[in-house]
Amino acid sequence: MATFLGINLFALFGQLLVGLINGSFYALLSLGLAIIFGLLKIINFAQGAMYMLGAFLALLGLKYLGLNYWAALIIVPLAVSVFGVLIQRFLIRPIANEDHLYSLLLTFGLALMMQGIFTHLFGSSGQSYATPDALKGGMRLPFMYLPNYRAWIIVVSILVCFSTWWMIEKTKLGVYLRAGTENPQLLQAFGINVPLIVTLTFGFGVALAGLAGVMAAPIYSVSPDMGSNILIIVFAIVVIGGMGSIGGAILTGLGMGLVEGLTKYFYPEASATIIFLVMVIVLMLKPAGLFGKTA
Amino acid sequence: MQSRPLMILLLGVALVAPMFIYPVFLAKILCFALFASAFNLLLGFAGLLSFGHAVFLGTGGYVTGWLMINSGLTPEIAIIAGTLSGGLLGAVFGKLAVKREGIYFAMVTLALAQLVFFLYLQAPFTGGEDGMQGVPRGQVFGLIDLSDNQTMYYFVLAIFVAGFWMIHRTVHSPFGQVMKAIRENESRATSLGYDVNQYKWIAFIISAALSALAGATKTLVFELASLTDVHWHMSGEVILMTLVGGVGTIFGPLVGAGVIVSMQNYLSGGELGNYLHIIMGAVFIICVLSFRSGIVGQLQKFRRNNF
Repeated sequence: MATFLGINLFALFGQLLVGLINGSFYALLSLGLAIIFGLLKIINFAQGAMYMLGAFLALLGLKYLGLNYWAALIIVPLAVSVFGVLIQRFLIRPIANEDHLYSLLLTFGLALMMQGIFTHLFGSSGQSYATPDALKGGMRLPFMYLPNYRAWIIVVSILVCFSTWWMIEKTKLGVYLRAGTENPQLLQAFGINVPLIVTLTFGFGVALAGLAGVMAAPIYSVSPDMGSNILIIVFAIVVIGGMGSIGGAILTGLGMGLVEGLTKYFYPEASATIIFLVMVIVLMLKPAGLFGKTA
Repeated sequence: MQSRPLMILLLGVALVAPMFIYPVFLAKILCFALFASAFNLLLGFAGLLSFGHAVFLGTGGYVTGWLMINSGLTPEIAIIAGTLSGGLLGAVFGKLAVKREGIYFAMVTLALAQLVFFLYLQAPFTGGEDGMQGVPRGQVFGLIDLSDNQTMYYFVLAIFVAGFWMIHRTVHSPFGQVMKAIRENESRATSLGYDVNQYKWIAFIISAALSALAGATKTLVFELASLTDVHWHMSGEVILMTLVGGVGTIFGPLVGAGVIVSMQNYLSGGELGNYLHIIMGAVFIICVLSFRSGIVGQLQKFRRNNF
């Protein structure tokens, strides 16, 4: 067994890998939250439920429609996005001019309902989704065994996060998005259809959660409460990073996954609470968050 | 004060109600009414949406339950201890949470509550998933035996009236006026020389302590303290109660608690029990979309327009 200074490297790298995988999901979910927050100024409490919906759609698609993993990877985020667009258009937009806390409560109610419906239909126990054949097996690296599917998750989520960042920072659409975040009235005055951009942004934000759900299906068990569990952690991550920057949301997500992995190795009892503890420390030292502008 | 006759009328109803309705059910409503009123003190009068209030309800319950089982203290002392521990936890959480505003405040409180949820799940003294069972009700002042449900109900009613009176006093005190000023226009309150965060913090502590009082009392009524009371679902429920009844009204949380607790009781007995969370979610959405001032808020509007 490879050890260094009394540390079992094999186990440590294993936990860091798990941390990086969790971090990939945290990054995708907090990225979606940050994009939605930028334009709508609300936190989407249903983001976890959209992630759960993505996982279930992949599972049901395979079971009843023969939709394989690769097709699900494209179709499911689209379906979740359409659902999100309808939600935004018909439920959130009518109360957009009220206090933002009401939109927040609306998405909370939506999350409760979705979780309730799936619990009613499929029970609360988890179901498994087979890893696609092409990604079975793994690679043996010097200090660890890397299953192909896990490597795939890390690569895809980093690619998706990076291209989203690129799209927002470098493309015309991204310019509209950032302008809408700064001053929606002025952008509207330039003849841009701001309400449409807001709706599409919401759709894109929840699509990221749907995509995360499809990717999560083969490694976590698919259950109705999978979304709410992860969402509360992602909230803590958002508080740690602040929602001021897209890059910050991605980095904090990945970083907190690694912190969680390290904790699992060095002090497993605290692994469920470490991210919340980091949040407490950040609140004490830098209340606006690591990447936040002002409180 | 126009609401005084209404309060006396309600108290009268509460005194005779156990002759017609099962006292434990009524006591449950009173506990949740106190919890929702304490929550409303923060949301309705200080404009702060806490998404982690269940943690104070649960902490009050656990501390009181543990003392009743292990210490031989009388119930009133155990309840006071539970209330104080909730207030103490509120002091710590409030100090952290008031550093952020709006939705960040909601997320911070939710995350802090989840932190404590995991601690209680792992800690040996809470009984983990099984909860703390068989909590004795004991004898108040060593004299009045609470094992009779009727007696228990009147004890709960006394606690409720005390807690509700305290909230009423807080809202109508100079402190309450400043709280409302902060809710309406925070920058102006700051410019008038008020230390806004200090006021929010104190409001948070009072609200947390009273929520713990509700939890402590609830534990005695049901002889049980469990993780359900700390779960984020419970934090959502208290928001729903306040919303249905009317945010920022004195009587709203009472009405909301009555409606939601009755609905849960009715549904969980019948075929619709499985749909409970779906229905709660739907009520949430309907309230937010088209019933934002709640039952009491609507009644007040109606009265203003017609009388």
